[in-house]
Amino acid sequence: MSKIKLAEHVIETVQAICAQYNNEEGELINVLHGTQSKLGYLPAEVQELIAKELDMSVAKVYGVVTFYSFFTMTPMGKHPISICTGTACYVRGAEQVLEEFKRQLKLEVGKTTDDGKFSISCLRCVGACGLAPVVMVGEKVYGRVSPQQVRKIISEYQDGCPSHAE
Amino acid sequence: MADYKMHMLVCGGTGCRASESKKIRQNLDASIQANGLEDSVQVVETGCFGFCEKGPVVKILPDNTFYVQVRPEDADQIVAEHIVKGRQVKHLLYEDPTKQEVIADSKDMGFYKKQVRIALRNCGFIDPENIDEYISRDGYAALATCLGDMTPEQVIDTMKESGLRGRGGGGFPTGLKWQFTRNSVSEQKYVVCNADEGDPGAFMDRSILEGDPHSVLEAMAICGYAIGADTGLIYIRAEYPLAIDRLKVAIKQAREIGLLGNDIMGTGFNFDVELRYGAGAFVCGEETALIHSMEGLRGEPTFKPPFPAVEGYLKKPTNVNNVETLANVPVIINKGAEWFASIGTDKSKGTKVFALAGKINNVGLIEVPMGTTLREVIFDIGGGIKDGKKFKAVQTGGPSGGCLTEEHLDTPIDFDNLLSVGSMMGSGGMIVMDEDDCMVSVAKFYLEFTLDESCGKCTPCRIGNKRLYEILDKITQGKGTKEDLDRLRMLGNVIKDTSLCGLGQTSPNPILSTLDNFYDEYLAHVEDGRCPAGQCKALLQYKIIDDKCTGCTLCFRQCPVAAISGERKSPHFIDQSLCIKCGVCYEKCKFDAIEIV
Amino acid sequence: MEMIKLTIDKKPVVVKPGTTILDAASSIGIKIPTLCHMKLHDMGIENKPGGCRVCVVEVEGRRNLAPACVTKAEEGMDINTHSMRAINARRTVTELILSDHPAECLTCAKSGECELQDLAQELGIREIHYEGEQSHYREDTSPAIIREMDKCILCRRCEMMCNEVQTVGVLSAVNRGFDAVVAPAFEMNLDHSACTYCGQCVAVCPTGALTEVDHTGAVIRALSDPSKTVIVQTAPAVRAALGEEFDLEAGTLVTGKMTAALRRLGFDYVFDTDFAADLTIMEEGTEFLDRLNRHLKGDKDVQLPILTSCCPAWVKFFEHQFPDMKDIPSTARSPQQMFGAIAKTYFADKINVKREDLVVVSIMPCVAKKYESAREEFATDGNPDVDFAITTRELASLIKLANLKFNSLPEEDFDQPLGESTGAGVIFGATGGVIEAAVRTAYEIQTGKSLEKVDFEQLRGLEGVREATVDVDGLELRIGIAHGLGNARKLLEDIRSGKSNFHAIEIMSCPGGCIGGGGQPYHHGDDSVIKKRFEAIYKEDAGKAIRKSHENPHIVKLYEEFLGKPMSDKAHHLLHTNYFDRSNKIES
Repeated sequence: MSKIKLAEHVIETVQAICAQYNNEEGELINVLHGTQSKLGYLPAEVQELIAKELDMSVAKVYGVVTFYSFFTMTPMGKHPISICTGTACYVRGAEQVLEEFKRQLKLEVGKTTDDGKFSISCLRCVGACGLAPVVMVGEKVYGRVSPQQVRKIISEYQDGCPSHAE
Repeated sequence: MADYKMHMLVCGGTGCRASESKKIRQNLDASIQANGLEDSVQVVETGCFGFCEKGPVVKILPDNTFYVQVRPEDADQIVAEHIVKGRQVKHLLYEDPTKQEVIADSKDMGFYKKQVRIALRNCGFIDPENIDEYISRDGYAALATCLGDMTPEQVIDTMKESGLRGRGGGGFPTGLKWQFTRNSVSEQKYVVCNADEGDPGAFMDRSILEGDPHSVLEAMAICGYAIGADTGLIYIRAEYPLAIDRLKVAIKQAREIGLLGNDIMGTGFNFDVELRYGAGAFVCGEETALIHSMEGLRGEPTFKPPFPAVEGYLKKPTNVNNVETLANVPVIINKGAEWFASIGTDKSKGTKVFALAGKINNVGLIEVPMGTTLREVIFDIGGGIKDGKKFKAVQTGGPSGGCLTEEHLDTPIDFDNLLSVGSMMGSGGMIVMDEDDCMVSVAKFYLEFTLDESCGKCTPCRIGNKRLYEILDKITQGKGTKEDLDRLRMLGNVIKDTSLCGLGQTSPNPILSTLDNFYDEYLAHVEDGRCPAGQCKALLQYKIIDDKCTGCTLCFRQCPVAAISGERKSPHFIDQSLCIKCGVCYEKCKFDAIEIV
Repeated sequence: MEMIKLTIDKKPVVVKPGTTILDAASSIGIKIPTLCHMKLHDMGIENKPGGCRVCVVEVEGRRNLAPACVTKAEEGMDINTHSMRAINARRTVTELILSDHPAECLTCAKSGECELQDLAQELGIREIHYEGEQSHYREDTSPAIIREMDKCILCRRCEMMCNEVQTVGVLSAVNRGFDAVVAPAFEMNLDHSACTYCGQCVAVCPTGALTEVDHTGAVIRALSDPSKTVIVQTAPAVRAALGEEFDLEAGTLVTGKMTAALRRLGFDYVFDTDFAADLTIMEEGTEFLDRLNRHLKGDKDVQLPILTSCCPAWVKFFEHQFPDMKDIPSTARSPQQMFGAIAKTYFADKINVKREDLVVVSIMPCVAKKYESAREEFATDGNPDVDFAITTRELASLIKLANLKFNSLPEEDFDQPLGESTGAGVIFGATGGVIEAAVRTAYEIQTGKSLEKVDFEQLRGLEGVREATVDVDGLELRIGIAHGLGNARKLLEDIRSGKSNFHAIEIMSCPGGCIGGGGQPYHHGDDSVIKKRFEAIYKEDAGKAIRKSHENPHIVKLYEEFLGKPMSDKAHHLLHTNYFDRSNKIES
């Protein structure tokens, strides 16, 4: 018998979500959406719990989690940075903006900084093509971003640090 | 809208919302109240106007005044000047970039003049969260006609006669699809709306759902009646929170007044709609993959047949239509198949919505009759190329499509014409490129997208596209050979010929079309080690022109990797081994002393 | 039924509706190459994701090439299976697979048995035109199975076996695109998962991505150690399949040659697991009769049906998936472990060799036996009852390594006393065999009468779940049989929900039973091979002088000299076991 440790409230949260969908295997994606929106990410232990609740194999749960880019197993940063890499943003220089974020934060796409402050992800078209290239930090949208503005955007979220803005 | 003398329509699409349109609306409301005008002027948050380039947009009715790039702090002025004093706020009016003239009335703007709005008929006109506004514009009249006066067969015949073809990319005749699902015998059938818009740079489905959700619900109910289904499912991207919210509101409102649910309009017809969420997989736009995803599985496509019309969601007959396709349905019922078939070309009827983006003046969402030429779309509606640059290519069909050139500009757009010139309609992304865009890099961009989105099930898409990408990467690094160009073509054709689903069967198109149309540019990369557009970093060098450099040290200070050295007031020098080719020095130099070679 | 007429390579062919192009072509002698596709007709097992795209053919009038394994034949189709376009596509697709596959063929465990290697050979691939990044994954070594996913071609056969046939659910496709691979959850090691080590994934893997842990080196080392006495036991299913490794017709019985080979390999004593199978019947049969008689007397606490417990994958399966029912199976150890326990006590004493100087090797059709022999409870002071369990395939490679011309070897007999066996022991190798062997003995013990006919045809067959009744002198014994863990699951769920009314159930994890085990020579999707082994097993039984376990003279002697009687304290200690709850528990 192997034991999987999870906080009481996490177990309750996940069980409630599964119950909301009648613990049906076919509702896995809805359950994962619900769980990620509550917990922020889908750690292995939570996937084990979901598998148990929906009476399915955890390998299948993991297979689904890793198939869809929306699901993540790492917690996002406090300030998740999303760079739109849709075509409209691409032709207007999104790639250079992304590179600059990666360089400044010394961070790869899909990763979170050690202090948990920032994470970088790419998304495909937020539909604000008129503002291309577009960057989102949390809910806030930055339009027509140039690589030169990257340092300034980051500094807005760096509490306690003197602003490097020019 | 009869009670009010004036209406202020504020665009509440995702693009404008990102530019604080919500705040604009609040400020306008506050200002109207402050002026005691709340009984005569109504502020309405609508769906997307389409003209995203100039957002946020505010339109005043009845005079059709079109304010662009409005900021929340402009609200008081608009109310004080336009509403109270009847004077237009000049600095917020649209200025035509080519003619440099100010245009106040949206009907006179080049962007709107050539458009014919069927699918987008209500976007930007009604409050999407108010079912009464939809009903006041013939909403649910088509459903009433179908349930009251038409047999399911007649509905299907009407769809067939209209010539409507699927707007999601394939262009399959919608009426025929409905017929197949109707022909399948089963107690349970499903209507699925494919709202998993994943094509980067296309956002028409989202705009329709945000701006006119009831048109889709109505169409699904009509489809349900025609094929014999009582359940509709909308498979929508989780990344579309606004569209999801508006759909939820719309479904609730429709249920409340009995337009969804049991015994609709007292006819005994039952139909209800549920939402299902995508989770970030482009391949789920393919209908079998979409169905697997709705079943809680990995979104891997399966071989057809069996088609969903025979064996779909939970193995039951399922009709899958895309959002834009459905948005056309109520209008076809209301105005008749003949009317719809009178618009467009011989084999492509009606209109098509395009998301116009890239190096173009008027970025936005447009709807034109089939048969409109690319030139009309790009230059008349799109306002031509940004910053006076030269047009180089237009990419249609997203990752499945191809890049077309100057010589294709007079091609009338329809399903078959685009295919015959090596591109495709796709879902309607239309990206314009100028002389600064390297076509090898563009092809690589699309391939990278396909690589990211391939499900990995079949060999050609999983490994073949990876190899295509690697060859392209090699070429942009200046390490390609002429044999690589042949290999690209050979492998591209095999991938098209052998892949399991539409994703793989079309993924080489961006490469094959650029090879066809921009072969010289590929040759320049592999034979001369040169990127004519100056975009492939590995193929260019930044150099300081000694004669022009004043030694101001600006570039020295700005260089992020300390690749620039030199004494104050004497010419500087770039160490090529350190240079990361970010271009900062080039942009910052005030003396044009840095050249790209 | 309206038949479908079509043309393949200019030859007309008529097929039933629903026939694939692949099968239609095959019916007129055209073999279209395949890779991911696999069909075991009689077992109802089919893998056809249509993913590898090797079987593409040209259908006149179609825009794209059609995969023959999933495309159904249609009236009037005109198919060319070897047009230049089809050949070019097929070769390109194969080159692509090879471009993401380590070129380690010369040293790969699967060399010579690899379906990808064969395909490349058939298609005459001499150069790979597409070089590029290759997939790399951590190698995963468990007690029984090695996963080298660098060699995975994503045919998904293992995933299908693990999920659909076995319902173990350890493997799933994970990630997507170029990074897609088949793996356990979180890409954990198999030994952290609920894997039963049934080895059916290994049995169907076309490449070297999934193989058994190789113990041949350890066996050679033991054989060359003069301080060790090395003895060997061979499972019943091995003799019905080993010949295939030496190009003999499937179903050729090679008991005598195998014995000769083992002796020449240097084993000090060549014994037979069939002996231990007879012993198993004595213990399990007695346990069954004990439970049955208590039940018949109205004891409400008695657990019925009894479930057989010879199969280690099955044991691990219920320990993970049905831990609430772990009291239902017989406590009898498997024949392999009974053999080991007796060998290291009774026999070691007899030949006066210390336990630690006696090495017990078993030849098994199974990869789970490697895991079973390594279970802690089957060791005394860290010394296992069975030191090494090797597969039929590993035995074949040992024979080749020892320069033996297998087919020219004489027929030899097993050594005594642990080499004596009955027909009942032999049929342990096929589905239905264990329960038939048990019935032969149980009948005679229960009734005190002699069986007139020892063949219970109603218990034999290859259907996944079978039910039969046996008349034991007026008592209707209801028997269930399942092979394949998915079939076992159905019976278990019936028991759990109270729907089951069987007295006894036999379960074997592998389709066909041990003859279809994960350690047998590769069947490469040809299920006639399994059927022929099945027939061979019953042929061996029919040819045996003694066919009832309790009549095995050396078994009788073993009880007289050592164990006392079945279920005695000593028998309990050496021949029975208990089971563990291995399920995951989530706690706060």
